[in-house]
Amino acid sequence: MMAVVATAMVVQRNLFAVVVLGGIYSFLMATALVALDAVDVAMTEASVGAGISTVLLLGALHLVRGDEARPLGRPWFPLAVSIAAGGVLVYGTLGLSAFSDADAPIHRHVAPRYIEQAMKETGVPNVVTAVLASYRGYDTLGETTVVFTAGIGVIALLRQRRRKDRDRK
Amino acid sequence: MRGYLVLRVVAKIIVPFMLLFALYVQFHGDFGPGGGFQAGVIAAAAIIFYALIFGLPAARRVVPDRVVESGIAAGVLVYAGVGVAGLLLGGNYLDYFVLDPDPVSGQHRGIFWVEAGVFITVSSVMLKIFYMFAGRQRKGDDG
Repeated sequence: MMAVVATAMVVQRNLFAVVVLGGIYSFLMATALVALDAVDVAMTEASVGAGISTVLLLGALHLVRGDEARPLGRPWFPLAVSIAAGGVLVYGTLGLSAFSDADAPIHRHVAPRYIEQAMKETGVPNVVTAVLASYRGYDTLGETTVVFTAGIGVIALLRQRRRKDRDRK
Repeated sequence: MRGYLVLRVVAKIIVPFMLLFALYVQFHGDFGPGGGFQAGVIAAAAIIFYALIFGLPAARRVVPDRVVESGIAAGVLVYAGVGVAGLLLGGNYLDYFVLDPDPVSGQHRGIFWVEAGVFITVSSVMLKIFYMFAGRQRKGDDG
């Protein structure tokens, strides 16, 4: 089903439809994540992917024309690059351990310690929160800084534009 | 969309509950799914919803640009401040165990403030990006 939506997004030339399809894709992804028992990630996907980014893209769509422009040349080279990158990624998945394999390296490194000790050390029943805010506090600080940088970037870009408009008048 | 009575009434009813749900996700993140990031997005979505129905100027009156812009930086500062507090109390950077005599409640305190910082920055940035995009065009906010 997600493949169908993704194909429709590629084929579709009306950007409004593409944005809506993107929201649908995000919701499907969120359902897939719920099925994988990753509720925290599913919540993020539903609120950020389907909610905020759809609204922001629709807001951006107001500022541009609603239809995708015809490409100038035949995009063979980008197509080849995408297929090659996709092929390498698929090849990479062949080396992964089987799905829900309890002996996979990722489940034997620090994960058991988190699951066994998180409640005792932090007193937080939700292991995801304990890992995110406590054990991996540096990572989350970096993520927050990334969000901060994104906000500053948008302010810098769009403010500049406004000042230029005023100069022109 | 200011002319639609049903939308206005429904928005007025729903927006407080959206904000309440954001706070629930924020403070219940220790026990259930959720946390600062999700809560920040939900809170921003509530304000954006308000802006879509009542227009951008109304939303800007409720949450002025100055508040949003200071929030962007304040959240990161709160987060980094937790780390500095850990340093001042004799621990490592972002070490929560020293924040309270009892290590477990120290962890609680650290996680609480860190999540608060994430919440402030994420909601402010989302809102600011929306304000920026919607503010480019006068008609953009009621279409």
